[in-house]
Amino acid sequence: MDSSRRSVLKFFGLTALGLASRPVFNAFATEHGHSAMHFEKGAKALKAKQWAMVIDTRKFESADELEPIIEACNKAHNIPQFENKNHEIKWIWETEYHNAFPQSPNRFLSEEAEQRPYLVLCNHCENPPCCRACPTQATFKRESDGIVIMDFHRCIGCRFCMAACPFGSRSFNFRDPRPFIPELNKDYPTRMKGVVEKCNFCAERLAKGLEPACVEASEGAIVFGDLYDPESEVRKLLRENYTIRRKQSLGTEPCVYYIV
Amino acid sequence: MLELAVKGDKKYWSWVVALLAVIGGAFLIYLWQLKFGLGITGMSRDVSWGFYIANFTYLVGVAAGGVMVVLPYYLHDYKAYGRITVLGEFLAIGAIVMCLLFIIVDLGQPMRILNVWLYPTPHSVLFWDTIVLNGYLFLNIVVGWNVLEAERNNVHYQAWLKPFIYISIPWAVSIHTVTAYLYCGLPGRGFWLTAILAPRFLASAFAAGPALLILLCLFVRKVSRFDPGREQIQSLAKTVAYAICINVFFFLCEVFVAFYSNIPEHMDHLKYLFAGLHGHGLLVPWMWASLILMVVGIIMTVTPLTRKNETTLACACVAIIVGTWIDKGLGMISGGFVPNPLHQVNEYAPTLPEIGITIGVYAAGALVLTILYKIAVGVKEEVRA
Ligand code: SF4
Ligand code: SF4
Repeated sequence: MDSSRRSVLKFFGLTALGLASRPVFNAFATEHGHSAMHFEKGAKALKAKQWAMVIDTRKFESADELEPIIEACNKAHNIPQFENKNHEIKWIWETEYHNAFPQSPNRFLSEEAEQRPYLVLCNHCENPPCCRACPTQATFKRESDGIVIMDFHRCIGCRFCMAACPFGSRSFNFRDPRPFIPELNKDYPTRMKGVVEKCNFCAERLAKGLEPACVEASEGAIVFGDLYDPESEVRKLLRENYTIRRKQSLGTEPCVYYIV
Repeated sequence: MLELAVKGDKKYWSWVVALLAVIGGAFLIYLWQLKFGLGITGMSRDVSWGFYIANFTYLVGVAAGGVMVVLPYYLHDYKAYGRITVLGEFLAIGAIVMCLLFIIVDLGQPMRILNVWLYPTPHSVLFWDTIVLNGYLFLNIVVGWNVLEAERNNVHYQAWLKPFIYISIPWAVSIHTVTAYLYCGLPGRGFWLTAILAPRFLASAFAAGPALLILLCLFVRKVSRFDPGREQIQSLAKTVAYAICINVFFFLCEVFVAFYSNIPEHMDHLKYLFAGLHGHGLLVPWMWASLILMVVGIIMTVTPLTRKNETTLACACVAIIVGTWIDKGLGMISGGFVPNPLHQVNEYAPTLPEIGITIGVYAAGALVLTILYKIAVGVKEEVRA
């Protein structure tokens, strides 16, 4: 009895110590303490207060046109290809209008707009419920540029973040992905089984001064920039076009905008 | 008191060995899961929590249900329950052990579980859930064990236990409330996004927990010289009757809100569960069976005739346990994930290895419960001899 009481007390003591020694009341973890997934920022690194993306869906007519964009991401990030749909890993993928915007499927839309393919990916929400849910801060909003990022070495695979994301943006490694990567890219880490992953707005490319892989492959249909820089191209597009976001009413403030 | 656990007859030992065999078998499957990954289960990108978390949720309820004997005895001085409070506390211990095991088998990287305490994260409900669950386990071990030991030595339990006993009562409520908060605070999951989720969880817990306790009391009376008592069982039965009525009432409130408001995100999950959606309806027969069982449970526990007869009461308890288990264990979790956030229907069903591991966890809980009950009943027999 006594020893069990002691060990429980010890556990609480340790927790309290942990609480005292870390800046936990800082609502979201910063990149400090996350050794993994930290890409050294070079002199040419692109910087922003909050990265955002505008996708001009008018420029896509068929799913085939999205193929190279998705492929660019898959290649850059060592995304495995599984036969079993349950094990699927998706960072950016194609879906239909009423799936991308299930809350606002306006009826009698122009046929053209309705049949257009839509790209969906993590929205790098300004108010991300996934980060709120994660019990280990393995997923967190990077204070320097607002990217919602993963520490694959800290994630315990509880999948709370997947339940919390209202956009289905996250995937879980149900098995070792390495044998299923078509073409290994040595510049980006592969993942192990049992951890969650998702789009990282190409943090590793931004650090080298490059735009995200999908933006580069989109030939101008996707624009990337700083949401809080009034002079950025993203802001220019938002000013000049009517845009929508996915499930705006939930208050997560998605940073991916769509021109429809 | 531990020596009481090893003084058993042949039947007791064969039961223990049988449980150990099941646990061993399940452990082998678990090793396979560790090696391959959670891909051996039926979970997917869309239904990312399955059978493990569902059973975890159900058992948190069973654990909280133990408070239904602790509260009347210590707060209302309802003397009759003095005989069986320890049975309630030990049931809670067994249930929490299973809860913790279910969390562990559900993790993708169980070796890193300590990260939850190495990087304490107060804005995550899961962090709080580990605290309330471990705390409740601790409270029940301390209280149950010491009160039983005092009873054995024929003395009043130590005064320092009192605060622990009082804390354990709201703590029981907290474990199921925090567990409900895991689900009901998530934006975009319309099925769970309801303030009544925690009360509903508690209602089903206070039905299922005491119902299981009634069955255990009847069993103990049959196999030992200790009789938990007719009055005690009847009082528990009344608790079960109220709780199951409230549970079904809360469910009907959900149905009203979802369908009268006519908001698709809230309706679609219920439609999927009870009628099928876009041609998918794996759970439809189960959900109706659950509802029917709970209604049968209401009729049988509310009617004095069937409540007072212990045979029919036992049947009612089985109906309620199975009904609430389907409701929480099958419907509640996968129902929340179907349709998915993009409004597509991808169904979930547990796989055989997944069910095997689940049975193993239940066997581990049964083993803990068997040993604890053996000790408790041994003490009671001694005292009454
Ligand atoms: S889209 Fe989902 S995963 Fe991405 S930041 Fe928002 S909530 Fe998190
Ligand atoms: S699966 Fe990993 S990233 Fe997601 S909530 Fe759990 S620990 Fe955090």
